[in-house]
Amino acid sequence: MKKTFALEDLDCANCAAKMENGIKKLEGVKDASVSFIMQKMTIEAEEGADFGELMKRVVKTCKKIEPDCVIKL
Amino acid sequence: MTRKQKKTLIRIIAAGALFAAALLVRHFVPGLPWWAELVMFIVPYLAAGYDVLIKAARNIVRGQVFDENFLMGLATIGAFAVREYPEAAAVMLFYQIGELFQSVAVGRSRRSIAALMDIRPDHAVVIRDGEEIEVSPEEVAPGEEIIVRVGERIPLDGMIVSGSTSLNTVALTGESAPRDCGEGENVLSGAVNIGGVIRVKTTGTYSESTVARILELVESSSEKKAKTENFITRFARFYTPAVVAAALILALVPPLVFKADWSTWIHRALIFLVVSCPCALVISVPLSFFCGMGGASKSGILVKGSNYMEALSKVGTVVFDKTGTLTKGSFDVAAIHPHTVSEAALLDIAAMAESYSNHPIASSIVRAHGGHIDKSRISGVEELSGLGIRAVIDGKTVYAGSRKLMEKLGVETSCGGNCHCEERGTCVHVSQDGEYCGHLMISDEVKEGSERTISELKARGIGTVMLTGDSEAVGSEVGARLGLDEVRCELLPQDKVSIVEGMLSPKGRTLAFVGDGINDAPVLAIADVGLAMGALGSDAAIEAADVVLTDDKPEKVPEAIRISKKTMRIVRQNIVFALAVKLAVLILGAFGIANMWIAVFADVGVAVIAILNAIRAMKK
Repeated sequence: MKKTFALEDLDCANCAAKMENGIKKLEGVKDASVSFIMQKMTIEAEEGADFGELMKRVVKTCKKIEPDCVIKL
Repeated sequence: MTRKQKKTLIRIIAAGALFAAALLVRHFVPGLPWWAELVMFIVPYLAAGYDVLIKAARNIVRGQVFDENFLMGLATIGAFAVREYPEAAAVMLFYQIGELFQSVAVGRSRRSIAALMDIRPDHAVVIRDGEEIEVSPEEVAPGEEIIVRVGERIPLDGMIVSGSTSLNTVALTGESAPRDCGEGENVLSGAVNIGGVIRVKTTGTYSESTVARILELVESSSEKKAKTENFITRFARFYTPAVVAAALILALVPPLVFKADWSTWIHRALIFLVVSCPCALVISVPLSFFCGMGGASKSGILVKGSNYMEALSKVGTVVFDKTGTLTKGSFDVAAIHPHTVSEAALLDIAAMAESYSNHPIASSIVRAHGGHIDKSRISGVEELSGLGIRAVIDGKTVYAGSRKLMEKLGVETSCGGNCHCEERGTCVHVSQDGEYCGHLMISDEVKEGSERTISELKARGIGTVMLTGDSEAVGSEVGARLGLDEVRCELLPQDKVSIVEGMLSPKGRTLAFVGDGINDAPVLAIADVGLAMGALGSDAAIEAADVVLTDDKPEKVPEAIRISKKTMRIVRQNIVFALAVKLAVLILGAFGIANMWIAVFADVGVAVIAILNAIRAMKK
């Protein structure tokens, strides 16, 4: 399953790259991309993964890297 | 500017004023104690950068050591520690100005690309139970009738049921000339109605419409990243720690080992910290690609990812499908060679004989005739399978068909092949009461831009190959006329796959395949870059292709290559420029020549310049 989320106040391109790396390392994530330019995040979960639970971990990871950035769920 | 940006701007102005005041005081009141100076400069410093410090502190707690806020905070606090008060405040101030600039510039380019992509219809006026209701395009079912007024965007694909108009399709195809459409014609969503009111019967749902397809394609294009892009992200991960480590060595080794002055070397190390953020690269490279793809889509070239942009710029060979790509895919009478009768009479007889057939070649003859065909003159029409047609016209027996048919009838086709018609297309020979009248040559017309396309590609040193299922004679004639390097004829679809596979080279220059996506989806998929032409209607083609050309003009191929090359040039410029400036500042800083002001320029100034350069990729 693949979902796209809008991001708010993503201010630094380097943070976007770090967020992308962090999310990719999460369990259950097949692929992820964080676009600083589009202010958008695309997450592809592995088959059978609980997306709701996964997103909680994604939000946590992002908060750690860039606390100002809000993921619009 | 957003509200956040405006607030930052006000803060920067206030901090700037305070900073200027502090400088003036220091100038006119010499001999102030150090603590007075510290207070004077720490006020503008905090006004400009308190948020940087807060973020830095928060990130250390979270273990994000190489965060740019932390590095900037450390560098400026370090500057205070070595009693470079004005410098510390100025660095923070300029850093914030640069960041603001950067944020505004990125926001601008993002918005202008969004405007470029603004083809999303916001509503549809549907007729239900005789009433006009405004709904969102998603709520319209296939088969419903919608009204599109002048100035509105067609929300869903469909067919005009009443009214006629001109459509502006520039957002879809890049073609600025309006297209005239009448009753019974199909219209694509995303086109703007500029002529008159039309009623359209929808042929599908919104999610299947052209607009939805294009938007989906463009919006997901930032997910597929080019090698250069990935390289930069990887580089950034090593760059910052490496520069910070170098700063640490610079601060510690000379004073400890050579008993040099502590404050001088700490000062030099701080310069390293300021330039340690790879932001210029991390922003400008993806932005350049993004602007390039935005600019390309303005010309009706939809690139599915920056990796394809990169591959397109390295194209060494372009392989074309013939029919529907270099040629129109519709047949036309190209020559009329009468023997015993006049040209008009020959066309007249042929058109009458062929008027009952619906074969594409027959219809091309009828179309070339153009006039009224008096069917009362025709009787006893009989199709001779694979050979032609027999008809009785004005009481005379007429045969129209291949040379083989004439041979069978014992009719001498007297031109004897001297006109080379048989090589250039399909010939329809006509005989009347056993006497040869002449022949018509029907050929698949070469598209207007094909010749220019091939010569442009050749001028760039790109090899051109054409694959076709047609006969050797026809294929090589088209090949010679267009000046193609290589022509392969009489191919089955699976042959095309294996030929393209055989031409792929593992390294270096890439291979692009251009097709119309109708039966060459597998070839589109295996080529390094598959370009589907005029393919908005076909799901399979959009799926298989890497680049979708919204109309069927072959000129779009060299244009796509030109845009990709320009984009890659800008990407390289940005990388080289940013790295060269940073490296220069690092070297100068280590020898004490560069100061922190220059370092701040190397950080944010370079980022802003690189962003401005990236935006160039969007322009033609």
